[in-house]
Amino acid sequence: MKKTGAQILCESLIEEGVDVMFGFPGGVLLPFYDTLPQYPQIRHILVRHEQGAAHAADGYARATGKVGVCMATSGPGATNLVTGIANAYLDSSPIVALTGQVARPFIGKDAFQEIDITGITLPITKHSYVAMEAGSLSGIVKEAFYLARTGRPGPVLIDLPKDVQEEQAELHHPGKLNLPGYKIPTKGHPMQIKSAARLINEAQRPLIVAGRGVIISRASAELKQFAETGQIPVITTLLGVGSFPENHVLSYGMAGMHGSGYANKALENTDLLIAIGMRFDDRITGKVSAFAPHARIVHIDLDPAEIGKNVRVDVPIVGDVKAVLQAMHEVIDAGEHIEWIKQLDEWRKQHPLTDIKDSAGLLPQYIIRQLYEATGGEAIIVTGVGQHQMWAAQHYFFNEPNNFISSGGLGTMGFGLPASMGAKVGRPEKTVWCIDGDGSLQMTIQELATLVQDNIAVKIAVMNNGYLGMVRQWQDLFYDKRYVATPLSCPDFVKIAEAYRIPGLRVTRREEVKAAIEQAMEHDGPFLIDFMVEPEENVFPMVPPGAAIAEFIEEPKKEVSTWPRQSTP
Amino acid sequence: MATTKHTLVAIVEDKPGVLNRMASLFRRRGFNIESIAVGHSEVPHLSRMTIIVNGSNAMVEQVRKQLDKLIDVVRVSDITGDNITVRELALIKVKANSATRSEIIEITDIFRANIVDVASDSLTIEITGDEDKIDSMLKLLRGFGVREIARTGRVAMVRGNLGAVPAEEKAARSRAKK
Ligand SMILES: Cc1ncc(C[n+]2csc(CCOP(=O)(O)OP(=O)(O)O)c2C)c(N)n1
Ligand SMILES: [Mg+2]
Repeated sequence: MKKTGAQILCESLIEEGVDVMFGFPGGVLLPFYDTLPQYPQIRHILVRHEQGAAHAADGYARATGKVGVCMATSGPGATNLVTGIANAYLDSSPIVALTGQVARPFIGKDAFQEIDITGITLPITKHSYVAMEAGSLSGIVKEAFYLARTGRPGPVLIDLPKDVQEEQAELHHPGKLNLPGYKIPTKGHPMQIKSAARLINEAQRPLIVAGRGVIISRASAELKQFAETGQIPVITTLLGVGSFPENHVLSYGMAGMHGSGYANKALENTDLLIAIGMRFDDRITGKVSAFAPHARIVHIDLDPAEIGKNVRVDVPIVGDVKAVLQAMHEVIDAGEHIEWIKQLDEWRKQHPLTDIKDSAGLLPQYIIRQLYEATGGEAIIVTGVGQHQMWAAQHYFFNEPNNFISSGGLGTMGFGLPASMGAKVGRPEKTVWCIDGDGSLQMTIQELATLVQDNIAVKIAVMNNGYLGMVRQWQDLFYDKRYVATPLSCPDFVKIAEAYRIPGLRVTRREEVKAAIEQAMEHDGPFLIDFMVEPEENVFPMVPPGAAIAEFIEEPKKEVSTWPRQSTP
Repeated sequence: MATTKHTLVAIVEDKPGVLNRMASLFRRRGFNIESIAVGHSEVPHLSRMTIIVNGSNAMVEQVRKQLDKLIDVVRVSDITGDNITVRELALIKVKANSATRSEIIEITDIFRANIVDVASDSLTIEITGDEDKIDSMLKLLRGFGVREIARTGRVAMVRGNLGAVPAEEKAARSRAKK
């Protein structure tokens, strides 16, 4: 029996296990949307801006490990997706973006709302398709999902001309995939693994730096076993946060521009750096020539193009992180690095991150600690981009993978709210907190309406400092406090929330924090808290741009209390 | 960083967008592609490209790996250091009158090139060879007045038995045909 392209598309999506998608309609998608009700298995969530659809699909993908799906109409709908696609590309997040396109006879004629979206997204997609026949759709969808989720994951785009959605064709079940140009390294070369093991067994001051690749490869258990056997301390990148439990005795937190002092000291002093599923972004290397100056480097990554890209590597191992760690665990000796670990603990004492100064004002760090307490460290935390993002990474302790969702590579303000929407839809049993900046939130604030319409119970904590804080911080530190274009006049976020029919609270004092958080969590549905935080608080430590990673600046004054640190062996 | 000329050979699926994707990886890093020649390979639906670029070894290797990651690219090799045969074809239209015509024909013979078109005041010469050969012939012809040049860009092949299309891919395709 013949089906329409739109039907074939829906059935192929269901075949791939899609049960939810984030989209926004338009003229050329009318055939698809008209068909969608025939497939109640697919829940469609109407966003308020297509950027939100892409971020929501991304947040969904990061929270679940499954492929997220977003859809937009041709022309402006498709271009609105672009930021979200780029964001997913840079953070290797598996999404499939479906875009409407003008009917085939109009393509290339500058028709109304025609844009070459496959051309525009060429450098920010893992792959893309223009579906020129309804009969080819099932094969394209299968390939697209396969490419999005396997190997190094990433966004794949399918452009769907209007008349292809209407065209009748037989629904062929796609056969075996034929992708001769697509190679996924698996095991890692045994010789390389042996060489790495030799270095590991000889090292006095070994250090693991774990990135998002560990999370993507679902290799947290293997990482833990590997680190424990070798007694190797572990630090993470921003996107690697949660790949190794932060309450583990071998955990030394996040390194990098706003990493902990002791993590960065560890990088400076290690004699063997084992980099796992990370790509030596400049935010973690600092000045490359001064990066890990005493270390030999073992680099384990799935993507051969990452090897030697930014930093010289002594032993590259191209392979799936999980498989490589398993194999490596077989060949390393049980280690002991008592002196080294003692040294790291000493640095942790000298450069503590866990102390928060006693301030009369309301400190964002304090709020994040309270969120940690209130959620037992079990919530999914999604952030915007800026100071609040760094504080969230620093002061919430993540003990499970996929619980910290943040825009790393692209650093996209506006990611937080829609991504948290996607995360909550993907894992409804979890508490999802969106820790957002007053600036970031206003970039995609319209998605509050989506939360209400689809009853998505995201809790929002706005760190309202009245500034584009992170940029202001740079102006403070490096531009003589000339605050140009960073003071932010904000609306009354509580009233805004209420206008969207979301209950909200304003918190101005420390004493109110705990109760407000509890109230938000007790409420069944979305909730917003507007935290009026100290406007000129800065994120420390900070490695100034261009400096070596160990040349971090610390908080000028430091008082206060210790935060209890749990530890499990 | 010292730059040198690199010869890359790519086997790609002949699908829309491949060339764009590849070119974009070079453009992004500020590479100027010196020449690119595309044509069918010995396997149906696979094209072969010869790309000549200038760049540091590390940069070119980085681009090569990125190219290799493209889904429609089956294999890319940098054959610069290999024992290779390189050829280019050029069509050169040169001014000629009764006084100069025989001298031009003589040069053409010396280079074992061919006259492919004769007009009242010009000759069109076809020459095949490596870059040096074509350049030296061009140098001699410039004195007569060169009206037009069309060069194909270089194509290259490693000497010996090995092919550029991976053997397993060839086998898979011939199986699929049966
Ligand atoms: C879309 C986008 N535009 C601009 C920037 C540059 N930028 C980085 S952080 C930042 C300030 C963010 O302000 P806010 O969301 O209020 O967070 P805060 O730093 O105050 O916590 C800006 C403007 C960006 N990352 N993304
Ligand atoms: Mg702010």
